[in-house]
Amino acid sequence: MTTSAIIMIIIGLGIVTYLVGRARAVTLSQGKLSNMHSRPVYYGAYAAICAMLPALAVLVVWLIAAPIVVEKAVKTSLSETTQEISVATGNLTFGTVRAIAGGLTKLTPEELARAKAGEINLREILGARGVPLASETDPAMVAAAEDYNALNATSRMAMTGVVLLVGLLGAAFGLRRIAARFRARNGVERVILVALIAASCIAILTTVGIVGSMLSETLRFFASVSPSEFFFGTVWDPRFSAAGNANSAGQFGLLPLLAGTLYIAFVAMLFAVPIGLFAAIYMAEYASPMLRSTAKPLLEVLAGIPSIVYGFFALITVGPFLRDLSANLNGLVTGNYQSFIQAQSVLTAGLVMGIMLIPFVSSLSDDIITQVPRAMRDGSLGLGATRSETIKRVILPAALPGIVGALLLTASRAVGETMIVVLAAGVAARMQLNPFEPMTTVTVKIVNQLTGDLEFTSPQTLVAFALGITLFVITLCLNIYALYIVRKYREQYE
Amino acid sequence: MNIITDTALEKALDAKMNTTPLKMIGKDVSVYYGDKRALFDVNLNVRQNTVTALIGPSGCGKSTFLRCLNRMNDTIDHCRVTGLITLDEQNIYDSAIDVVELRARVGMVFQKPNPFPKSIYENVAYGPRIHGLARTKSEMDQIVESSLQKAGLFNEVKDRLNEPGTGLSGGQQQRLCIARAVAVSPEVILMDEPCSALDPIATARVEELIHELRANYTIVIVTHSMQQAARVSQRTAMFHMGNLVEENDTDKMFTNPDDQRTQDYIMGRFG
Amino acid sequence: MTVLDTPSVARSSVTPRRDIGIKRRYAAERRFRLYGMLAIALGIIFLALLLWSVFSKGYTAFQQTTITIPVTFSAEIIDPRNQRETDPKILQAANYPLLARDALVKALGVNPSDRVAVRSVSALVSASARTQLRDLVMADPTIIGTTQTVTLLADANIDSANKGQIDLSVAETSRKVNDRQLGWMKQLSEAGVLQKSFNTGLFTSGASSRPEAAGIGVAFVGSLYMMLIVLVLALPIGVAASIYLEEFAPKNRLTDLIEVNINNLAAVPSIVYGLLGLSIFINFAGMPRSAALVGALVLTLMTLPTIIIATRAALKAVPPSIRAAALGLGASKMQTIFHHVLPLAAPGILTGTIIGLAHALGETAPLLLIGMVAFVVDYPGSPMEPSTALPVQIYMWANEAERAFVERTSGAIIVLLLFLVVMNMGAILLRRRFERRW
Repeated sequence: MTTSAIIMIIIGLGIVTYLVGRARAVTLSQGKLSNMHSRPVYYGAYAAICAMLPALAVLVVWLIAAPIVVEKAVKTSLSETTQEISVATGNLTFGTVRAIAGGLTKLTPEELARAKAGEINLREILGARGVPLASETDPAMVAAAEDYNALNATSRMAMTGVVLLVGLLGAAFGLRRIAARFRARNGVERVILVALIAASCIAILTTVGIVGSMLSETLRFFASVSPSEFFFGTVWDPRFSAAGNANSAGQFGLLPLLAGTLYIAFVAMLFAVPIGLFAAIYMAEYASPMLRSTAKPLLEVLAGIPSIVYGFFALITVGPFLRDLSANLNGLVTGNYQSFIQAQSVLTAGLVMGIMLIPFVSSLSDDIITQVPRAMRDGSLGLGATRSETIKRVILPAALPGIVGALLLTASRAVGETMIVVLAAGVAARMQLNPFEPMTTVTVKIVNQLTGDLEFTSPQTLVAFALGITLFVITLCLNIYALYIVRKYREQYE
Repeated sequence: MNIITDTALEKALDAKMNTTPLKMIGKDVSVYYGDKRALFDVNLNVRQNTVTALIGPSGCGKSTFLRCLNRMNDTIDHCRVTGLITLDEQNIYDSAIDVVELRARVGMVFQKPNPFPKSIYENVAYGPRIHGLARTKSEMDQIVESSLQKAGLFNEVKDRLNEPGTGLSGGQQQRLCIARAVAVSPEVILMDEPCSALDPIATARVEELIHELRANYTIVIVTHSMQQAARVSQRTAMFHMGNLVEENDTDKMFTNPDDQRTQDYIMGRFG
Repeated sequence: MTVLDTPSVARSSVTPRRDIGIKRRYAAERRFRLYGMLAIALGIIFLALLLWSVFSKGYTAFQQTTITIPVTFSAEIIDPRNQRETDPKILQAANYPLLARDALVKALGVNPSDRVAVRSVSALVSASARTQLRDLVMADPTIIGTTQTVTLLADANIDSANKGQIDLSVAETSRKVNDRQLGWMKQLSEAGVLQKSFNTGLFTSGASSRPEAAGIGVAFVGSLYMMLIVLVLALPIGVAASIYLEEFAPKNRLTDLIEVNINNLAAVPSIVYGLLGLSIFINFAGMPRSAALVGALVLTLMTLPTIIIATRAALKAVPPSIRAAALGLGASKMQTIFHHVLPLAAPGILTGTIIGLAHALGETAPLLLIGMVAFVVDYPGSPMEPSTALPVQIYMWANEAERAFVERTSGAIIVLLLFLVVMNMGAILLRRRFERRW
């Protein structure tokens, strides 16, 4: 029986149990619902939970555990026959066995018999059925594959039986407990509460997953490239052509990427901060309600546009525009129509990223500025300060911590931005200071290293995780510090 | 010129009340918040070197009137003022009058102490700094010290001028705000319930201060407490539902008011 | 003379008025205001430029030049040795472009032996004519030998020329369309053979190396799968988590940790989620690469913090008096929340969810890492099959060199933006319609 069928049966069982439980509660109440502790639906729900929850738990555990057990059993029998030594080749062989096993189910019995007798080539016939095999099969593997299939079938049979049994037992237990004074509602609510807690733990699990997965892959990367080479290396040259060859692993210097990331983020902030901040100040302090209610959403539209669109804008419009502009400028000044800004450059990426960040700066700062109490404004205006003096000397200093927090959050976004730089910054990992030249970033290299078909064992691929964890740590520090500042700031004026 | 003592001056001032010059004149002042009318043709004069108290139940328009006197109502959207208000016989809503200059001459102290999140020194120096009243550091020190002196705060804070003003107690903060207003050397100081957020001891201290300030400044104070009005003011104006009910010498107001509503309010029949 | 005897003139009018630098200060004030207005104007100008750049390049993508001509399915070309009964592969591999070429040569009256001219003629039709004609024949082999009127896609260059996007002042040799072809185009369009029509292919086709045959249909289905799964997973989990954190969680270290965590997750770069998906879902759990399911799981994790933050804000906005009233009537805390608080917070929750979904819809970077940058021609039948997504399709087209792909890319962006507009409008309307002020 397939897993989904089992799940459907459990759900069906749950529904039936629910209906029976509810009906039982109604009967027990003898027409007076106040005789019962809880309303009938809770009794039904309680019984249904008893029926479904343990069964589903058993199902999940079984689904996770069974493949491991089966794999172990098959591997033991394989190594007895073939005397495999290393774990790696053992894994490889097991992979083939699994592929054969998958293929065997697609064969008719007589084909199988003929294949086993050696009359037809198993690899060819499986290839024709859409199951490509990496190597020729040998009888031991076929036998192991048959074992594997048999074990799996037994496991599935046993699982179906056990799960359904647990479900029925649960249902019986739940239904038996229904009594007038039984606190069904409390039981149901306890289960719901546990579910709520589990849901909120997903946030923690995500973080654990991010850190754990990236850390383990990074450690694998550091097994072949030393951390000091990675963190302090000034040359980025992963040498794809030599991928897999451990002797020419290439050079994985983080610094050029980090330099590009920070440079582009800096240029972006250079555009976004003044524009965003002044826009926020104008909207919070000067704008009429009319202007505010039109300009604010318009600027926020900029925040809603996906970054791929900005990337395309940079690639197709801004880059060529800057290149042609620089060519014309150069021509006007020196007579030589050679462009000095390249289409893919730090400036292009920074400018477009800056545009994307304007609404972040402005709406975060707007929130912060409007939180400064009115009494501050009144106090300053009452002394005869002009509005701009009030803003510059009272409101901004008061809002400064919050604004710094907002800017840090924006910087974290700039550092982690991917699509704009992938399309507009270039791929050359260089350390230089000319904003008109292309540079590359950490995010670009993560994408470069991981797109395409790659084995997950070479340092060329694993380096992406080392880059990822670097990026994660940088943004984590920025975020936590920024969130801390903003929170402190809010408390100050609450 | 006769040399007269403070108390003598005070008595003389009280006696000459009706002849003291008018610093500000309000004529047919009405205020609208959007469609809602908050003040109805108020005619009220403010005499020089006098403390004028504005009293009345909450929402009667006394704060609104006060805020008209230095055009703080300008900062509220949809607020419209009609009628005539003069300062030294000059219409303050005239386009020739600059609101910044006006507020430098008519300072304001607010209900809740609102020191800026800066040091005590910078709080007081703020006004002189924006108006460019001090050319040198020592001049500024001078202004800050004398303002704090006038607000009776100097001795309490002289050792910690560089600490944040928000760290002071409520009463000290309010006196700091008064010092901040005084530092600009205004001619009129408006006070909007300056003691409502203070404890009795701090209140007494501020009231004492108002007394002292009267010699050099014209003061208009909005207060909720009739006792306070009786204690600090020479003239009292009673507002009710946006109308000016009565304006009179404080003594007369609290002993023998002209208007029945004033009588009722003072007796505690409403409010 | 005593002080009291001074005449009734205010003192200050005697002393000279102080100079407080009004002029200078107002100039500074005006400058400051100007900066503010300039900043807002710049922001809006950038927005306008961005949209204009996309729309001006993309609106033509919604039209496509087609050539409608009678094509003779000559048996000599398709199956010269008459073997189609025995070998079905013949029909697969037949020289279908020849059919289209011959039809055009006939329609234009070009001399079939002029090889240069014939080559120019065959360049009028898209290379996708091969599959189009093949599919016709495969579907119904009896049409072999007959003549059918077929609507073929014009080649991308012809399409561009027909839309007036090719600069005709450039020398003929450095131009993608030669003068002869232009003449034929004129001839064909006068005959009503060459026409511009609404480009349904853009919405139904999958990936193609030929711009005129490429479409976003397949990518759209991939995105749709992902959005549905994200909605089904993220909404309940997000709401459940928010309810716990907002209503039940005791104020302790763990709760604080979860809170900081969620706020931080909302600001983690999206590409990091891609790495997570690659390493956990694909490498560890063994899910298929390029599958919409994996993409959806990654986007779910990414969207959760947004939904949780919005839901918590919505729950917080429900006044405590509602809770007190329900609790006072003897409802349990759980009943209070599910019967009273949650319905009142629903508009806010939905608004946050829609905004989260809109973000997820436009997200590209994590999907690149889990292998959704695939050349997918067929509609994915289930979320487990290889698929791609709308923004990823845009990314792939943006990397194509051909000019006609720029038009397609812009067109696809317009479609994507329209979806985002609709979603955001929905959110705004929802908020307006149900917003409650307590």
